[in-house]
Amino acid sequence: MSQPRPEFELGKDLVGLEGLSGETITGILDTAEPFKEISERAIKKVPVLRGKTIVNLFYEPSTRTRISFEFAEKRLGADTVNISSVGSSVVKGETLVDTARNLEAMRIDMVVIRHPSSGAARFLADRIPSNVINGGDGQHEHPTQGLLDMLTLRDRLGRIEGLKVCIVGDIVHSRVARSNIFGLQALGAEVAVCGPRSLIPYGIEQLGVQTFYHIEDAIQWADALNILRLQLERMETGFIPSLREYNRVFGVTRARLEKAPRDTVVLHPGPMNRGVEIDSAVADGPQSVILPQVTNGVAVRMAVLYLLAGGVPGGAEAAKQESA
Amino acid sequence: MNRPMLLTGGRVVDPSQGLDGPADVLIRDESIAAVGNDLSAPEGAEVVDASGMVVAPGLIDVHVHLREPGGEHKETIHTGSHAALAGGFTTVWAMPNTDPPIDDPAAVGYVRLAARAARGTRVMPIGAASIGQRGERMTEIGELVKAGAVAVSDDGAPVWDTGLMRRLLEYTQTFGIPVLQHAEDTALAGGVMNEGVVATALGLRGLPNAAETCMVARDVQLAELTGGHLHVCHVSARQSVEQLRLAKEKGLAVTSEVTPHHLILTDEICRGYNTEAKVNPPLRTEEDVEAVTQALIDGLIDIIASDHAPHTYEEKEQEFDYAPFGINGLETALGLSMRALVVTGRISVSRLIERMSCDPARIMGLEGGTLRTGSPADIVVFDPDERWTVDPTDFRSRSRNTPIAGWELVGRVHRTLVSGEIRFTRE
Repeated sequence: MSQPRPEFELGKDLVGLEGLSGETITGILDTAEPFKEISERAIKKVPVLRGKTIVNLFYEPSTRTRISFEFAEKRLGADTVNISSVGSSVVKGETLVDTARNLEAMRIDMVVIRHPSSGAARFLADRIPSNVINGGDGQHEHPTQGLLDMLTLRDRLGRIEGLKVCIVGDIVHSRVARSNIFGLQALGAEVAVCGPRSLIPYGIEQLGVQTFYHIEDAIQWADALNILRLQLERMETGFIPSLREYNRVFGVTRARLEKAPRDTVVLHPGPMNRGVEIDSAVADGPQSVILPQVTNGVAVRMAVLYLLAGGVPGGAEAAKQESA
Repeated sequence: MNRPMLLTGGRVVDPSQGLDGPADVLIRDESIAAVGNDLSAPEGAEVVDASGMVVAPGLIDVHVHLREPGGEHKETIHTGSHAALAGGFTTVWAMPNTDPPIDDPAAVGYVRLAARAARGTRVMPIGAASIGQRGERMTEIGELVKAGAVAVSDDGAPVWDTGLMRRLLEYTQTFGIPVLQHAEDTALAGGVMNEGVVATALGLRGLPNAAETCMVARDVQLAELTGGHLHVCHVSARQSVEQLRLAKEKGLAVTSEVTPHHLILTDEICRGYNTEAKVNPPLRTEEDVEAVTQALIDGLIDIIASDHAPHTYEEKEQEFDYAPFGINGLETALGLSMRALVVTGRISVSRLIERMSCDPARIMGLEGGTLRTGSPADIVVFDPDERWTVDPTDFRSRSRNTPIAGWELVGRVHRTLVSGEIRFTRE
């Protein structure tokens, strides 16, 4: 049996990547490696979470994240229940803390929460003994997305340390941006953001992040671009004048990418607005790792579930062999 | 007729007369009869030992939310006026953003009647500046004043309409009352905490300093135009201080207040989504704390006011976005101000009493704020050296929302007298 690394320290919950050490994040990514292969098998099951009950508590619409978590849970043999805000007692005005306590009373083991309000995952984690995994809280963090982005980058470029990664687009409203900033910095990458000033939050330079207001400059600088989805709502609320102009000024196009001094890796957390923040030629081109991101999402979530359930980094391979 | 009372052996601090030293205070017929050394107790007088204590004019807080009518689950005039006594306040001004708001004379009368029945601190109602506090039409300010209102405000919301604000600053001049403004440019509002690196890391929407300062700057211009008395509530941003300096330099009738929490806390305390620290204007940065502190010392900001804003446990026990703004402040105001200003050596106890009692009385034209012979015997007796730990379960307030639970404060109120009657004694 392999022992946990002394530096590896994951608490009861995964609320965010802020404050996690590079060793801990590397431990999670390493744990994801053996899980990747399971999804390639004919029988995609490793019953390391057999008998565990997991609730996917989604207060916001989500397709990709919810399904990815559900696959991860099922492939590890857990019993899962999905609750969405529509059609549950949430619409009857039950508070988050009461919903959580009721679930707790049914003796669950883990909760994956997606919520429109920043801090909701932490709020829940502080109030119930189950493990809580943040599936995206408001504009705060989306830690498993950050982890799968890093795993995908590591797969493609062989390392994270020393890489220059620029997050492009609506940084103000993005939980993906924050998880990427905290996680990538912990692993020794340089992080920048690029977008119109109206979509870049104040004080971000105090997080050690460089800022570009021209996409051309970002492309010159970066080894990888993580291009965020631009929501239509940002135009309606006056952050930018139009999606058309956004594409003209900030869109990642083939023509712009061709001027890059290196083979820039292109990530996107989805769902994409083709022709707005990213052109199809880029999204479907050779530099895109958008679909590998989705594949890695399941492996990373399996790793997080496994570790929070008491698994140790390096133990996943053995667990896999036992079940094979 | 009450028995005379002699407070003996205390340190009398009355900046209105330049007093700071050992003296006795004699109270007769609800008023101060004499202040001096070795006063002898008249026949039948009650003698109260104040040794080791500061004896000062009762504190005056021109900005509290007593929540009644409509918010009695948070606070009532009764509980709020007793919380005020426990905090050393002998006069509070109650903000009109209740449900319904205090926008007609009957409502003003209701607050006064409820306050009288409570037998707590003196409660003076502030009338709404606009009908329903909707920011559209002026209230009948003359009628409100006749019923007992001492000022007008739409606090909770700013008067955003520049034309209405102009008319308010003009029209109030007949009645000699100030317009109290919660300065916030609503077009820049919508956030839940100070805009900056902490909000960015937490993913919470920010309220920039400029949301406050834009409104202060506009209102200072209107004060100059109209000559009306503008009082800026709870100043929090360093740039607002520059506008207040401009107003003072021009000799305008512009006054302002700062809360104890803005003198010591920063947005760092919001980390972990601490809803007890959610307040509007938000807790800002060290630079802002220093700027408003220095402004208070220099007199650019005139007074301290608590912005006592009680909320229930259930209301605060929510996601940060959904929790209401506000800090419960009456019972910690003196101790927190002492810790922020006196313990740190920034100002003397005497200067603090000035900012919490004499100056509020002076700028608002109130009786009180003094121990001069003939003044109402509104007195606070507190131990300036006593260290105590904030335990919200001890609050007289109906609510317990405070970000400083467990903090050690310095200076504790032991007795509060209103019109010569001891209405609060710490057991």
